[in-house]
Amino acid sequence: MLSIEHLSVEVDDKRILNDVNMKINEGETHALFGPNGSGKSSLLFTIAGVPRYKVTAGKIYYKNKDITDAPMDERAKLGIGILFQHPPVIRGVKLRDMVRISLESRGRKVTDADINELAKKLNLENFLDRDANLGFSGGEIKRSELLQLLGQRPDFVMLDEPDSGVDLVNIGLVGRTINELLEKEKKIIERTKSGLIITHFGNILDFVKADRAYVMMKGHVLCQGNSVELLEDIRKNGYGECMACAKR
Amino acid sequence: MREEITRRARAAKDKTPAYGNDVDLNAFAQQVPAREKITSLAELSQGVKERALGVGVDASMKDRSGSFFQHDQSVVFSASTIEGLELMDINDALKKYEWLEEYFFKVVQPDQDKFTAYGAMHPFSGYFIRALPGAKIVFPLQACMYIGREGMIQNVHNILIAEEGSELHVITGCTTDTHVQKGLHIGVTEFYVKDNAKLTYTMVHNWGPDVVVRPRSATRLGKNAVYMSNYVSMTKVRDVQMYPSCVMEGENGVARFNTVVYAPPESHLDLGGKAILKAKGCKAEIIARTIAKDGGYVASRGLIQGDAPGVKAHLECRGLLLGKGGVIYAVPELIGSLPGVDLSHEAAVGKIAEEEIQYLMARGVDADTATALIVRGFLDVDVRGLPPQLQAEMKRTIALGEKSMM
Ligand SMILES: Nc1ncnc2c1ncn2[C@@H]1O[C@H](COP(=O)(O)OP(=O)(O)OP(=O)(O)O)[C@@H](O)[C@H]1O
Ligand SMILES: [Mg+2]
Repeated sequence: MLSIEHLSVEVDDKRILNDVNMKINEGETHALFGPNGSGKSSLLFTIAGVPRYKVTAGKIYYKNKDITDAPMDERAKLGIGILFQHPPVIRGVKLRDMVRISLESRGRKVTDADINELAKKLNLENFLDRDANLGFSGGEIKRSELLQLLGQRPDFVMLDEPDSGVDLVNIGLVGRTINELLEKEKKIIERTKSGLIITHFGNILDFVKADRAYVMMKGHVLCQGNSVELLEDIRKNGYGECMACAKR
Repeated sequence: MREEITRRARAAKDKTPAYGNDVDLNAFAQQVPAREKITSLAELSQGVKERALGVGVDASMKDRSGSFFQHDQSVVFSASTIEGLELMDINDALKKYEWLEEYFFKVVQPDQDKFTAYGAMHPFSGYFIRALPGAKIVFPLQACMYIGREGMIQNVHNILIAEEGSELHVITGCTTDTHVQKGLHIGVTEFYVKDNAKLTYTMVHNWGPDVVVRPRSATRLGKNAVYMSNYVSMTKVRDVQMYPSCVMEGENGVARFNTVVYAPPESHLDLGGKAILKAKGCKAEIIARTIAKDGGYVASRGLIQGDAPGVKAHLECRGLLLGKGGVIYAVPELIGSLPGVDLSHEAAVGKIAEEEIQYLMARGVDADTATALIVRGFLDVDVRGLPPQLQAEMKRTIALGEKSMM
């Protein structure tokens, strides 16, 4: 589904990703750990195609197509979706508009009823006519992002900290929604969706099983392995251990 | 009384306006031939009808409580279809009602500047609109100020009175014939909203490219009265300057100004709203959404003065620059003269943030569509309180403007 080869990225002439390699097969979900500022969000933005994140070396292949230079909207139309960690407030553009364009991006005809129905799933009916992200709480932002992804139905789903700031009740809803997006109810062999999830504490992984995980430090992917084991290791020993880890 | 007005006007005949560019009044024709009266707006030529419709004046007169049409300097049509609503040529009204002198050049001063002075010293036309006490007129009244002659001065004086407990919604569309490039519109408009009355006034402009426009309007607001003023201009116009004010004299009055304008290249707009809150519990809001593209210029002014306890008012100037070389000058002013006032303002001028465009693009729309959506959202002001026909009218005019921007 997605394959990243020797990817290096700069923002404003500052190197933020270094020789990153990653391969995510169809039906697989991978997790990405790493301390603040290590480059996790930057990797997602680069895959999404945000122009500020300049690829200085390496390639990104999606469904066997080189998308390294493809514009953002084209990537979205090809089925790449992202849950933003800090989405911007857009005054006057309603959440309803965001859901509408998400639905339409995959060539769907949309009615208000379709939008209402989707919103109901995430308890966001009363948010549809509010300005996108204006005054949304931390948890509401996550649900609003997921609502847009439900509309978009991406094949490759990137989730930037879907569990941060989400309460104990809502985390279940968030988890169920992500499982739906990733077709986790299907047998592995039948799944056509893949995911990449950034999480600090791994709460979301109690609901959404990850097949593999990476640890990122200072723009490098230091090690990879079983998500449960890696997380346990980080919990016990912090990221210091990763630096010294033999697997790098 | 008239002598006094004329005397003051004469003294101010060369008085430079406080804001905006100065204008040479001699560059325009002061005398124009009269136009024939008509018995229905349906008699207007197809071209005129279309231009009028473009500013919300529907010749079919459907869903309207009354219609008024001033062609050049002649009132060619004026009729109210509703009991409790008076609508007539201001000159007829001044003849009919002696008491109307009490409302003539009372909230607007004849010596404010050379434009009001010109208005006071020359023959004028315009409308007199009055909602009788308690009359709730739900359908909007439409009025059209139409310039059909190249290079003329249209000199207008309007008086609107919403008597106690009445409700009135007016849409005024100002436009020119398609062949008219140049002209000057001077429009004195005086609003009186009495106790417990509500008046909404929506003004849509679609002038010729070289027209100069100087509305001079002011409102006096009574107890528990509501005044809402909306202004929309989305097409090229040489030069508009106005700074309408609302003096809130009764307790718990509510005033709201909404300005939604687009200044394309070579348009110079200097606009604003003033609210003077003089009685306890008054509330006001002045909201402006302005766009300047390429060489367009907008001055977006606002002034709120709180002179009574428990008043609350907010001023919001948001400006968006599209392309290069446009200028938006936001000037929000607050004057509080008592500790118990709550006045605030918010001003922001800039281009659309890349981050916002990218957020929409991540959902699968291209950069142009994303920009258009953000612009539409930007211009989407809250017009609750307007009748649905007028809300639709504002949305339609704004949507047409959006298309021309992209
Ligand atoms: N647009 C940008 N402009 C300037 N610096 C940036 C930009 N984006 C990322 N950076 C820098 O790149 C580094 C990586 O940032 P990134 O947001 O990818 O970290 P992260 O791993 O997601 O951290 P967190 O866990 O705090 O979300 C940081 O030092 C950050 O300041
Ligand atoms: Mg991050």
